[in-house]
Amino acid sequence: MRQRPSGKILALHAGIIVVLLVAQLFLPPYHHTNLARIMVFASFAVGYNVLMGYTGLLSLGHAMFFAAGVYGAGLTVFHLHFGAIEAFGAGVLSGLALATAIGLVALRTTGVSFLIVTLMFAQAAFLTTLHFNQITGGDQGLVISSELASLRIGSFEFSFADPAVKYNAALLLFAVSFAVSMALVYSPVGRVLIAIRENEARTRMLGYNTYKYKLLSMIISGAISGAAGAMYALLFSYVGSTFASIQYSIFPLLWTLVGGVGTLMGPILGTGLMFYVVDVSSGLTHSHLIVVGIVLVVLVLWFPRGIVGTVRERWFPWLP
Amino acid sequence: MAAVTLLEATGLNKNFGGLQAVNDAELRIGGGEIRAIIGPNGAGKTTLVSLVSGRLRPTEGKIAFKGEDITRLRAWDRVARGIVYTYQVTSIYNNLTCYENVALAAQRRLMGGLLQRLVLGEQRIAERVEVALSRVGLTGSMGRQAGELPYGHQRLLEVAVSLALEPELLILDEPTQGLARDEISDFCELVRMISQQATILLIEHNMSVVLELAHMITVMDKGEVIAEGTPAEIEADDGVQRAYLGRDAAP
Amino acid sequence: MSLGPHLFLALLEGTVTALVLALTALGLSLVFGVMRIVNIAHGEFFMLGAVLAWWFASLVSGWPVVGFLLALILGPLIVGGVAVAADWLILRRIDYDPESTIVATIGLLYIIQQVVLTLYGGDAKAVEAPIYFRVSFPWFGYSGYKLIVAGASALLLVTTWIAITRTEIGLQMRATQLDEEMAQAFGVPVRRVYAAVFALGAMLAAVAGVLVVPIQQAHYLMGGDPLLLSFIVVIIGGLGNLRGTLVAALIIGITDGIISVFFSPTLAKVLATLLVALVLVIRPGGLFGDEDS
Repeated sequence: MRQRPSGKILALHAGIIVVLLVAQLFLPPYHHTNLARIMVFASFAVGYNVLMGYTGLLSLGHAMFFAAGVYGAGLTVFHLHFGAIEAFGAGVLSGLALATAIGLVALRTTGVSFLIVTLMFAQAAFLTTLHFNQITGGDQGLVISSELASLRIGSFEFSFADPAVKYNAALLLFAVSFAVSMALVYSPVGRVLIAIRENEARTRMLGYNTYKYKLLSMIISGAISGAAGAMYALLFSYVGSTFASIQYSIFPLLWTLVGGVGTLMGPILGTGLMFYVVDVSSGLTHSHLIVVGIVLVVLVLWFPRGIVGTVRERWFPWLP
Repeated sequence: MAAVTLLEATGLNKNFGGLQAVNDAELRIGGGEIRAIIGPNGAGKTTLVSLVSGRLRPTEGKIAFKGEDITRLRAWDRVARGIVYTYQVTSIYNNLTCYENVALAAQRRLMGGLLQRLVLGEQRIAERVEVALSRVGLTGSMGRQAGELPYGHQRLLEVAVSLALEPELLILDEPTQGLARDEISDFCELVRMISQQATILLIEHNMSVVLELAHMITVMDKGEVIAEGTPAEIEADDGVQRAYLGRDAAP
Repeated sequence: MSLGPHLFLALLEGTVTALVLALTALGLSLVFGVMRIVNIAHGEFFMLGAVLAWWFASLVSGWPVVGFLLALILGPLIVGGVAVAADWLILRRIDYDPESTIVATIGLLYIIQQVVLTLYGGDAKAVEAPIYFRVSFPWFGYSGYKLIVAGASALLLVTTWIAITRTEIGLQMRATQLDEEMAQAFGVPVRRVYAAVFALGAMLAAVAGVLVVPIQQAHYLMGGDPLLLSFIVVIIGGLGNLRGTLVAALIIGITDGIISVFFSPTLAKVLATLLVALVLVIRPGGLFGDEDS
């Protein structure tokens, strides 16, 4: 980590956004939709990485923040007929509020207990969505496309059924999350977060109330995850308790690990790769999630640093 | 010797399970002083300074810093008031560069409200980092990973980190341990320079360093303060000779 | 039914749940206590036990008692073998690093679950109880098999307890738990103790799975609930604290039973989880744990 992002680093990351922007002109429809989905999930992974990669806190409950976004946006559209922008805001706020509440309690514990506690809170959240199935639609879920009005900005009208709108909205979300996480990593606060990851006791002796910083990291992480969830509900018109299940807590962990923990580019690469791996294998077998298991074990045994981490270690030590 | 009392600890006790690590200790340090604490291994020296720095909480007793009661304050709040502790075992961030190590300390002094924390200019941090590194002579290693530095330089980096925190009371826990002879004399020079701005509390085994630097010496044994005085007084004290140096009255 | 008998039924149900839960949680707690690792795949060992019970029962269909006894003996042995293999192939290679172990056992969870899905299918399958009789109370009849499950669990808990506190291998386990390096210096084969503890933990979960299957049916996703409940138990009991684990299992199981009878089981779990949160706010080390941990 250097003192500030050099021109090289800024250019590289801006390049990724440009490539994604241009790619939509050439992609066949199937991959076009996939990539929109990948960018939303990658934003979720970016949020996860703030907490796990840059603060060193392993959470097994991030599904609840993603789901808070999904429900925050989806239910306000379905029951209260919110517009897209208001619904998105509701989703982000839900993720942020839940992360604050959970963080206040869960951060009293450290290490393994923290992980178990986040897992349990997420499970409680999941069960809550099932319990109130008259409002949430339970595991059947709700389709919100007929309640969601097109977005009007000036004289332009954007319909969420339009693939181009989906793609560019997803890209916008990803670019913003990406930029936020980069700015955070290079800010003085980001420096403290990394220091907590490296040695929390030492960081306290440098005069930092580490609890507050961990809480801040959790809130930012939860808000980005919530934003991803909200965008998912709006773009793909569906809310359901699947998004609160343990699966969706493990996915961001998997994506981040594959791409490289504590790297800026890791989440998008990891999400993209795993999305296609799962997609291809689901065409081959009913038990396709075994791939997730095998990849996790292989990563832990042979590639603990993931793609970007390995590249950084071997060839480009300047990668953030 | 010093006019103002900077630190005043009274009736300090620390129990670990049944073990009385610090027993009814008193410590009074004047501003600008260099104070050394000596004593055999297990005498409770590190425990005592840990109580002062806030790493540990006392079982009983009171600690005041510049007249303010800080007994209940957490470690980070004490750092904010100017009490800085450097570890006995070097505890720099091995995976970060020297710059980042010092920047963490430097920015602590510059960070006010939340907004300031997010937009604080790197330039202002960098200036302070450069000053701190140049004072210990490590300017050339700024971009190197801290873990790759030779041991002596790691200790110097640790001091640079402390300096960047702008301490009023700097606690050095066995700073010369593991240093070569010529490194030690440079180190003494450095401590003397720092003492122009900060009060220093030093735990040290090397008696020649203690005698060269300290204005006052506190001797501990088995958790208790058994003697206190100028270097000359301590050298002449029979009890100290027996307890600490393990020999009978000096010839 | 009036409140009294209703409460009695709840207490009865709660006790059965509690004892089975204690078995599962004891396995998790033992592994954490000695090896300092969290096994996320613990619930899958429970599930494997249940699925194996179905498999043995279908092998010798017509003689449920034979099938059940086979499952009770061979099921845990097979699961123990799987655990030893996992320890050998994965865990010792990552040196039992706490965070890597968590990721690896999540991987293991998926692998076991999906292999079972392939070989066994996605449907829930019932297993006939080895014996069927009803114990009649003045207000209602109660499944005799459930009472046998409670008794068998209690017996296994006591046996495990004695094995840990009174035998040579138990002594080695406790030595390893206290200080790994010291134990090694005194000639305790730490690696082998680790493998044995991991296997024992898995076997306890598997036995619980075998016992439960005639009550609850076998399904490849059934491992989630026991995992969550075991976590709640070991957190309240203090991670690695065996006595605390047992007490907490009884509290949680009976509370769960009572709430499930009067409210919905989903709500019961939500409440139990929030209860744990409360415990953690007040005592981060668990109700029976050290205050500093």
